[in-house]
Amino acid sequence: MNAQPALLSVRDLRIVFDGRRGPLTALDGVSFEIAPGEILGVVGESGAGKSLTGTAVIGLLDPPGRLAGGEIKLSGQRIDNLPAEAMRKLRGRRIGAIFQDPLTSLHPLLTVGEQLIETITTHLPVGKAEARKRALDLLKEVGIPAAETRIDHYPHQFSGGMRQRVVIALALCAEPILIIADEPTTALDVSIQAQITTLLKRLCREHGTAIMLVTHDMGVIAETADRVAVMYAGRVVEIGPVEEVTRRPHHPYTAGLMASIPSVHRRNAELNQIDGSMPRLTAVPAGCAFNPRCGFATDLCRETKPGLPVSGHAAACHFPLREMAHG
Amino acid sequence: MAEANTILEVTSASCRFDVSAPALSRLFSHEPRRILRAVENVSFSVQRGTTFSIVGESGCGKSTLARMVVGLQRPTQGLLDFKDIKRADGSVGPPRVQMIFQDPYASLNPRWRVGDIIAEPIRELKLRKDESETATRVGDLLEIVGLSRADARRFPHEFSGGQRQRISIARALATEADFLVCDEPTSALDVSVQAQILNLMVRLQKEFGLTYLFISHNLSVVRHMSDQLAIMYLGRFVESGPAEEVFGRPRHPYTRLLLDTIPDVEKPNRERRPMSGEVPSPIAPPPGCAFHPRCVQAVERCRTEAPALRREGELEIACHLA
Ligand SMILES: Nc1ncnc2c1ncn2[C@@H]1O[C@H](COP(=O)(O)OP(=O)(O)OP(=O)(O)O)[C@@H](O)[C@H]1O
Ligand SMILES: Nc1ncnc2c1ncn2[C@@H]1O[C@H](COP(=O)(O)OP(=O)(O)O)[C@@H](O)[C@H]1O
Ligand code: SF4
Ligand code: SF4
Ligand SMILES: [Mg+2]
Ligand SMILES: [Mg+2]
Repeated sequence: MNAQPALLSVRDLRIVFDGRRGPLTALDGVSFEIAPGEILGVVGESGAGKSLTGTAVIGLLDPPGRLAGGEIKLSGQRIDNLPAEAMRKLRGRRIGAIFQDPLTSLHPLLTVGEQLIETITTHLPVGKAEARKRALDLLKEVGIPAAETRIDHYPHQFSGGMRQRVVIALALCAEPILIIADEPTTALDVSIQAQITTLLKRLCREHGTAIMLVTHDMGVIAETADRVAVMYAGRVVEIGPVEEVTRRPHHPYTAGLMASIPSVHRRNAELNQIDGSMPRLTAVPAGCAFNPRCGFATDLCRETKPGLPVSGHAAACHFPLREMAHG
Repeated sequence: MAEANTILEVTSASCRFDVSAPALSRLFSHEPRRILRAVENVSFSVQRGTTFSIVGESGCGKSTLARMVVGLQRPTQGLLDFKDIKRADGSVGPPRVQMIFQDPYASLNPRWRVGDIIAEPIRELKLRKDESETATRVGDLLEIVGLSRADARRFPHEFSGGQRQRISIARALATEADFLVCDEPTSALDVSVQAQILNLMVRLQKEFGLTYLFISHNLSVVRHMSDQLAIMYLGRFVESGPAEEVFGRPRHPYTRLLLDTIPDVEKPNRERRPMSGEVPSPIAPPPGCAFHPRCVQAVERCRTEAPALRREGELEIACHLA
């Protein structure tokens, strides 16, 4: 996987919000890569910076938020400094987006067919009839039953799971090379959730599309992603192949997080608990942001911010847990 | 069936909603009356000091059942019978029932200080003789749920989601509740915060002998919390019994499919066969077994004949084949 050149490369990304009481650093040096056809899961608690990272990649960061450093490259080309118009084109054409609430991505007064056809003709040099045929194929591909009749229905006539399929079809219209999916299954029932993640995996496999899958649900990541980046307080604290990170976490936060998830296979007397909570942006501790909650913290952790090695399975920690510790 | 320590006995409870268009417009359009069966013929009993959980997908009737248990919704048929209990202080009477909601923010008055939110039921029910005793009790409750006494002066928006859920638990305890109906109490929380709240709930149950009716769509959470468990589909229980038995040997095809579909951190990158189709409308449920359009095992009989709920040892199952 590492031999392939990165499709998306994010280096040292910093996002700052200029507030009344001065600038707040919301993303503090986020780095990761996604290879073609790969699903990178981005996981973390609410407020960790997952959505901001996705927003920055698709160029939808709104003031008062601003990029204060770092670079984003798509297929080797910088995209973080593109003019707005070029970014808008790129967004529909090469980068697709899927959000938690499918209704925000769908126009309530247009049939799903009209929306698909419009998106297709905007980005691809095809006529209306050809676009309609392609729209139909896409609806079939994402698993809409009776697509021939459903293509002329309005979004409110679809269930939540079906709407999310339509949004995925919309994101696929221009055959993007990268899809940013922000909590695409969070609002759905487990049975529908499984249908959507299976669909995303299949699309990756069959079209070679890369996906950045943002979610707070480690279960969804474990089942869907190839690699995972764990975020905490605006930083990536651990990154690596999903099996390794979930089974043998190196960062004390990831280890605590994994142990706090109840198991469906057995009943534990008590769940592992990480006391305290993630710091607010106004009070991120110096050094390692996790140090007040970490059982291994030393003066070094309180003074020096640990860096994140770039390749393989890596943790931003001065004293990463060794595999021995996990038995 | 009813044992000595039964605290709640529910017998054939149903809740139907009339969702027809107004009578006059129905007259012109010749539309029939439309009845939504949110909960249909549900029976179970809950033992004091234990946790009875209800799992199922969105819209299956969990919250409607919860609202019936706390008295916010009348059953259109059937009985919900709370038994008198004897408390530690010697008093005897029906259990005090309180509800904990999914969204702790919506259930807390944003303009009230946390201290007043928790003190309200104490003042209302005159559980303490004066303001200074009430304040002491509020402080004690905040400490019991893992907050500090000084938090009484702060407002709900100053707290995180997990802390707000602690505040709603403190308020429920303020009424000296015996029975808590918890409707997805941790569904809006991150897993690390969820672990804190679930641990707190388990500790409080042991300490105060609380009984929980625990509603969730998350099977892992339910396994962690439950003594007894019922799986609901389109308003009915399809399988119920001791949690360890149901999880250890799931019998109903729907239970099995649910267990098969949930994302599992312990099995990364498993290839799964997702359940096809979606939950049908409770207004026009499929004939026969309501699960048959999605059931991989369905036979001809399933399409016409609804399976009765059958008792096998401590389990109850509604399936022709299981
Ligand atoms: N007051 C009402 N009037 C009409 N229909 C209702 C009413 N309350 C609930 N329903 C319907 O009853 C069914 C069961 O709803 P309920 O809220 O109990 O589901 P639930 O299992 O709690 O779902 P969720 O997991 O989404 O919270 C749904 O189809 C719902 O739309
Ligand atoms: N418009 C904004 N103004 C100020 N802070 C913001 C804004 N948008 C996001 N943030 C902050 O940035 C941090 C990361 O947010 P986000 O990326 O949405 O988190 P996640 O998706 O991981 O839950 C949070 O602390 C959030 O409060
Ligand atoms: S750097 Fe130090 S405080 Fe941070 S996670 Fe590692 S050991 Fe803990
Ligand atoms: S009764 Fe038939 S359709 Fe229903 S769950 Fe059993 S096998 Fe499946
Ligand atoms: Mg987010
Ligand atoms: Mg509900």
